[in-house]
Amino acid sequence: MSDDLNDLYQEVILEHAKSPRNFKVLPDANRVAHGTNPLCGDNYTVYLVMDGDVVKDASFQGSGCAISKASASLLTSTIKGKTRAEVEALFGKVHDMVTTGHADDAMGKLAAFAGVHKFPARVKCAILSWHAAKAAVAGGGTVSTEGDEPKAG
Amino acid sequence: MPSLLPDWFALRADFPILDQQVHGHPLVYFDNAATSQKPRAVVDALVRYYERDNANVHRGIHELSNRSTNAFEAARERTRKFINARSIEEIIYTRGTTEGINLIANAWGGKFIKAGDVILLTEMEHHSNIVPWQMLAERTGAKLRYIPITGDEGLLDLDKLDSLLTPEVKLFAMVHISNALGTLNPVTDLCARARKLGITTLVDGAQSAGHLPVDVQAIGCDFYAFSGHKICGPTGIGTLYGRKEVLEQTPPWHGGGEMIATVDYFKSTWNTLPHKFEAGTPDISGPIGLHAALDYLDAIGRENIFRHDLELATYAYQRLSELKGVRLFGPKGERGGLVSFLLDDVHAHDVVTIADRYGVALRGGHHCTQPLMKKLGVPSTARASFYFYNTRAEVDRFIEVVREIQKFFGV
Ligand SMILES: Cc1ncc(COP(=O)(O)O)c(C=O)c1O
Repeated sequence: MSDDLNDLYQEVILEHAKSPRNFKVLPDANRVAHGTNPLCGDNYTVYLVMDGDVVKDASFQGSGCAISKASASLLTSTIKGKTRAEVEALFGKVHDMVTTGHADDAMGKLAAFAGVHKFPARVKCAILSWHAAKAAVAGGGTVSTEGDEPKAG
Repeated sequence: MPSLLPDWFALRADFPILDQQVHGHPLVYFDNAATSQKPRAVVDALVRYYERDNANVHRGIHELSNRSTNAFEAARERTRKFINARSIEEIIYTRGTTEGINLIANAWGGKFIKAGDVILLTEMEHHSNIVPWQMLAERTGAKLRYIPITGDEGLLDLDKLDSLLTPEVKLFAMVHISNALGTLNPVTDLCARARKLGITTLVDGAQSAGHLPVDVQAIGCDFYAFSGHKICGPTGIGTLYGRKEVLEQTPPWHGGGEMIATVDYFKSTWNTLPHKFEAGTPDISGPIGLHAALDYLDAIGRENIFRHDLELATYAYQRLSELKGVRLFGPKGERGGLVSFLLDDVHAHDVVTIADRYGVALRGGHHCTQPLMKKLGVPSTARASFYFYNTRAEVDRFIEVVREIQKFFGV
């Protein structure tokens, strides 16, 4: 396995892809958002229980590649207890990290996704559930990574 | 007709791009269904044209314009011969398969499709042979109908054909070789059955032209569309074949220069076939590159290419089927030169990312066949697609890499 691949598929990522956390529907969710990547068929729903501005509980359902699934698993673990503003700020940091490779110390386990930046085609896999979470804290909806979909096939 | 089998390995020398390392490994290019590589003869033809002959076509009187017009029209005659059309009037240059189908949906469909008419398609169509018909149906009130497939094996369920091919059907459009499954459809039979009912037919030849001998008169279709870039030609050039009798009744699509005979402030008359369908300055180098590509392919022989592709696909299918945890799509028997598959517990995108780091170029995704993926109940598949310059050794390498991927994910 090349070093780049080991950077991309870190232990944490493989482990979360295999046994995702919070992988369920939250029956009392009051915010739901959908994220799809039409190119590879990744498809996730993020469920949040929000009390005012604070995420009390988070979960997700859906299917996709190892990167997108691990990302949703770590996302839902990370954002519990955070405010809407904190989730939005974290979205920005994750976005920077997966595009530049720079992870600051505060990223914790999320730093595992820094290796994604060497795989431009996979950035949207890592960021998909974050788009959904951002939409969910803002009220819910559907987001898509469409727009950069190659058409040949 | 070439009688000897080509030296497949020697042909690789005509494709400088194949001789390179990707991520430190020799490139194995298995994404030919998306686009093929180009032999030096095609690149040279483009360079020669731009360095010696470049001028606009059909308008000038000067020498360069004569040369470029002659080369442009010689390529049309070459293309006619390639698919055995009766006349160059039946050969319309397009940007590719997609544009050819859109031309028919707009120009022919706009005139002949009415509310309540049915457009018959198959469940394995590429988006380019679905969406233009949906747009037409939306405009006209026509309906779409689909011939189902038989599950993972991906054959058309022809037992259902009688109940689907009814007199309300005005157009039957079908893919010749499926880019997602490899299925080779019996287009000659299908067109014959449609013709008996007076139904117009269109064949999507994106994966069949240049991969097997194609004779549009023998197929008996009214329209046949293909792309140059998938068969060693440049991007941006394709061909739409239309049977002359049908094209004559079809109004133009785009208006502008070249497609007219006379223009008045309030009324114009149309140029003759095929120019009626070619408005504006066309892609000129495209047909010239395509000409070189068609010469190149026919020197190898399309019968030979078909057998070579089939051999590689059959071998890859068999090797994959020997592995544990592999789900294969498409027919077990005769097929086009590609294999679509999924590994248990590994998403196609992960397969393609890892294969790439071993120098193996695959494609993962819905292959522009989202409805088919839904029908198969999968989000996507991984696909290896072959052409004549690929080798058995490359298939062996690909299988090794698949094994590595399975190990990596612990399956
Ligand atoms: C079966 C099939 N039809 C149509 C197309 C569209 O071809 P193009 O993108 O060259 O117009 C493709 C290739 O992408 C294809 O594989």
